[in-house]
Amino acid sequence: MDSHAVATTADAHGHEHDHPAYLRHHFVSYEQQTETASFGMWLFLLTEIMFFGGLFTAYLIYRNWYYPAFVAGSHQLSITLGSFNTLLLITSSFTMAMGVWSAETKRHKGLVWSLIATLILGIGFLGIKTVEYKEKWEKHHIPGDTFSVQSFVNPSSDAEAKAAGDKPMGLDMARKTEVYFSLYFAMTGMHALHMIIGIALLCGMLFKAVRGGYMDGNIAFVENFGLYWHFVDIVWIFLFPLLYLISRHQ
Amino acid sequence: MSEEFQNHDPNSGHTETEQHIVGPATYGIIFAALLVGTALTIGASYLEMGAWNPVVAILIACIKATLVVLFFMHIKYSSKLMKLTVGAGLFTFLILVGMSLSDYISRAWGQW
Repeated sequence: MDSHAVATTADAHGHEHDHPAYLRHHFVSYEQQTETASFGMWLFLLTEIMFFGGLFTAYLIYRNWYYPAFVAGSHQLSITLGSFNTLLLITSSFTMAMGVWSAETKRHKGLVWSLIATLILGIGFLGIKTVEYKEKWEKHHIPGDTFSVQSFVNPSSDAEAKAAGDKPMGLDMARKTEVYFSLYFAMTGMHALHMIIGIALLCGMLFKAVRGGYMDGNIAFVENFGLYWHFVDIVWIFLFPLLYLISRHQ
Repeated sequence: MSEEFQNHDPNSGHTETEQHIVGPATYGIIFAALLVGTALTIGASYLEMGAWNPVVAILIACIKATLVVLFFMHIKYSSKLMKLTVGAGLFTFLILVGMSLSDYISRAWGQW
């Protein structure tokens, strides 16, 4: 009897109920159900990779076109804050992985504490991002009507530009730093939005976990959230060197 | 009727989908490797390598991302279907980015 025949002849309750309630009837086993859910999650994440890929491609092309502006723009970012944020995010990926392991091995306390740690690290990341955005706001580096090229046409007036040894730039090229900051805010902003969505989901998961949830073996949500959180980490793994690091020298 | 449901046995022809639990030891090693990678990429950014600075940075980022996908995201322990899906997605991604970039690189060929 092949599996297709089983799928078409099995009516809703044509067999003994020796399986947990969360196992849907159209799946052969819980493993198959879990893999189907993960497969769907991966398809979603692949569309997300395409989405961020468009932003990365735009960044690479504009960086080649307006290279001096992009170098000067990236000198405005703090490597210290960026590195610390990378540390926070990688650690949060580790704590989330531990959360998934705790759920798989039915460790209630382990799951709750892993989720709390992931939540705190995620919020910490956004907090530092806020500090960075605030500095951009104060220096008029937010693209739009109030954008100022002061730091780039007159680098000696700007602490960061001075420290990096920037040379004064012509107005034409200095204006292109606005393109750098547009892409900076688009990329880190979309990344931050994904973090905010992740933190909201984390809160819901923590709420359920504290009340003894995910201890019955039905942990697809925890596993798939883990995939999402690691994906957000991967985006930052590429954002950090591209935005903060690769123009240090020029 | 019972013989129709013998495929309900999880072990009948579904060995690939068996759950493999990745433990704290593996996660700890990967976490340490990611930290080392982060330190390396920050360190490399302070070295003067000209055109190689971005290449080294992206190479380290790719290695870190691969570690996350294989171990944190369990792809190393997943079925061939999952591996192929992720591989196909990555391949499509490289086609899209690569072809877009090749257009920009080749349009003014020789004029720079």
